[in-house]
Amino acid sequence: MTERTEWRRLSGRMLVIHPIQELLRAWPVLIGLVFAGTAGGQSSWWSLGGAIAVIAAGMLRWFTTTYRVSAEQVQVRRGLLRRRLLTVPRDRIRTVDVTANLLHRSLGLAKVEVGTGRTDRKDDAVKLDALHVDEATRLRAELLHRTPARRETAREETATPSEVLLAAVPAAWVRYGPFTLTGLVTVGVIAGVAGRAVNEAHLDPGRLGPVSTLLERWEHAGLPAEIAALVAVLVVAVAIASTLGYVLAFYGFRLTRNTLGTLHVTRGLITTRSITIEERRLHGVEISEPLLLRAVRGARCLAITTGLRVGRGAERGGSLLLPPAPRAEAVRVGALVLGPTTPLTAPLTGHGRRAARRRYTRAVGLAALVVAALLVLSWTAGSPAWIWRLSLVLLPVAAFLAWDRARSLGHALIEATLVSRRGTLVRRRSALACEGVIGWNLRRSFFQRRAGLATLVATTAAGRQRIDVQDVPLGEALRLADEALPGLLTPFLDSADS
Amino acid sequence: MESSEAGLRPPRHRVSPRARAYWAVRASAGWLMPVAAQVIWLAADTARLGPHVAGLVLTAVVAAAHVTVMPQWRYRVHRWEATPEAVYTQSGWFNQERRIAPVSRIQTVDSERGPLEQVFRLANVTVTTASAAGPLKIHGLDRDTAQRLVDELTEGTSADRSDAT
Repeated sequence: MTERTEWRRLSGRMLVIHPIQELLRAWPVLIGLVFAGTAGGQSSWWSLGGAIAVIAAGMLRWFTTTYRVSAEQVQVRRGLLRRRLLTVPRDRIRTVDVTANLLHRSLGLAKVEVGTGRTDRKDDAVKLDALHVDEATRLRAELLHRTPARRETAREETATPSEVLLAAVPAAWVRYGPFTLTGLVTVGVIAGVAGRAVNEAHLDPGRLGPVSTLLERWEHAGLPAEIAALVAVLVVAVAIASTLGYVLAFYGFRLTRNTLGTLHVTRGLITTRSITIEERRLHGVEISEPLLLRAVRGARCLAITTGLRVGRGAERGGSLLLPPAPRAEAVRVGALVLGPTTPLTAPLTGHGRRAARRRYTRAVGLAALVVAALLVLSWTAGSPAWIWRLSLVLLPVAAFLAWDRARSLGHALIEATLVSRRGTLVRRRSALACEGVIGWNLRRSFFQRRAGLATLVATTAAGRQRIDVQDVPLGEALRLADEALPGLLTPFLDSADS
Repeated sequence: MESSEAGLRPPRHRVSPRARAYWAVRASAGWLMPVAAQVIWLAADTARLGPHVAGLVLTAVVAAAHVTVMPQWRYRVHRWEATPEAVYTQSGWFNQERRIAPVSRIQTVDSERGPLEQVFRLANVTVTTASAAGPLKIHGLDRDTAQRLVDELTEGTSADRSDAT
C-alpha cells in the first residue's frame, strides 16, 4: 500500500497529445495564418509566436501535473506559476467519468474526471488528462468499489463483481436522431467557424463556381421562395447534423449495473465515454420528452443523482441513462434503475381548472401583448401591416402550448417517491425518492394567491437541485409535502397549533 | 378550499420593527438616481417645463407609494421560526415564499451585516442546505436575535454529523 501513496504522473504519451490538442484548438487561427501569411504582415508573426507558446504550455502541463491516491483522499497538484493542490476526500467522490477521444484512443489513453457534487466549478474538478487505459479503469474501480476497510467485510462480493446489462441501443434508434435538435448548435458552430475561416482567408464565397450559380438562381426567385429555400436547407442540415451527433455520441450505448452498487454507462463512436454512478447517490429518475421527440413517441431517461448536475460543462449529458429512444424503453430503463416500477407509469393527479386557466392567461396574454405592441407600432411608426397580421399566428400557437402545458401538469406520491410532470417544449416527468428531498419552498405570487394556487418546490442535492410541482392547489400542496416528509410540517400546521 | 387556506400557519416571529425603516431608506436610496437624472434633465432643458415637471411628479408619486407601502407590506410578510427540528421562513411581499428545511439537513449558518444594516442594528441570517435551490434567508433581524439564532442552529447541526445530502 505504501507504493500507492506516491505521487504519480500522467502517461508520458501525453507529451505527444498535449501539443496536438493545443494545435487543434487553435486551428481556425492557424488556417487564417496560412492565407494571411502570403499577404505578409506583422499579425501572422504574432499568431505564430502565440501558437508556439500555446504548444509549449501544453507540454509543460505534463511536467507540472502529478496526483496521488491515498486511503482517505485523492490529491492533484498542478500549475507552474500558480501551484495548486486539489484534495478530495474519497468518501465525497460520487462519480467517475472516463473519456477517450480519437487522439487518446490511438495511443491507448483515457481521461479520468472525478465528480464530487458541490465542487463543480470548472477549475475545481479533479481531472486527469490522461492516463493509460488500464490505469484509468483500475483507478475508477479503486475509487468507487472501494474503501479498504469495507473490502474485508465484502470479500465474497468483490471476488465476483458481475455486470448486468440493463439497456443497449440498437442501430434502428438512430431514427430518433433528427428529432433531437442537437444539430442546431452544430450547424450554428460550423456556420460560425466557416464564416470566420472565410473571413480570415479573405475569400469571397460568391466567386466559387457552384456557389455563384446557386446564388444567381436564388436572386431570381423572389422573397417568399428565398425564405422557403433557406428554411428547407436549414431543416435538412440540422436533421443531418443531429443524426450524426446521435451516432457520434450514442454509438454502442450500454447501461449496466455492477453488483457492487454502481451503474455504468459506456457510449461514443469516436470519443468514447464511460460514466459510473454510485447507486446510493442516485435519488431518482427523469423521463424528458422534448416536443419534437414527443411527436414521434420518443423520450430520454436521465438520472437524478448527487454529484452530476444536469447540463454543466464537461458533465453535460453525464446523467443520461438512455438517449432518445422509444418512450416505452425509456420508461422501462427508468423503472429498472429506480426499483419500484409504478412511479413512472402510474396516472398523476391533475392540477385542476384554475391551474389550466393560469396557463391560458399567461401564454395567450403574452402573445396578445406582442400583437398589440406590433399593432401600435404599425399605427404610430408606420411599420408594414403584414408584420402585425403575421403575428396573429402567435395566438393559436400560444393557445396550443397553454393547452398542452395544462395537460402536462400533474403530480403524485407513489411508493415513497415524489412524482411531478410539467412543461411542454420539454415535458419532464421527475420521480424523486422522498429521502432525497431536503426541504420545501412554497412559492405564491400575487396572482397565485388570488387563485388559491402554489408552486411547491422540493429542494434536493441531486440533479437540478429542485423538483417543481407547479400551480397546485394550496391544500393539495400541503398534503403532498406532509405525506412525503412526515413530521416536518406538523408543528407548523394549524391543526397542531390549536 | 377555505379550510386548506388555513392549513399552514405563518412562522411565529416577526423580524425587527426597525427593518421597516431600513427597507424604506434602502428603497429611497434606490429612487434617488432616477429622480436626480430627471432633475438634471429638467435643468438642462428648461424650454419644455410642463412634460418634465409632470414626469418628475409621476416618479415622485410612484416612489412615495413604493417607499411607504413596500416596507409595511414586507414587514407583515417577513416572519421566521426555528424549532429543534426545523427552520421555517416566510419572505417577499408581492410574491411570497415560505421555506422549510429540517435542522438535520443544514450545512452552513451565516449571519452578515451590511453598512446600512449596521446603522439600524440589524443582521441577516442565511441557512444553507446541500441543495443549491433552497437557502433560507431571514432579513432584518435584530442583531442580538440573529446571534442567538445562529448559536442555536449551529449547536443543533453539530449534534448531527452526516453529510446531509
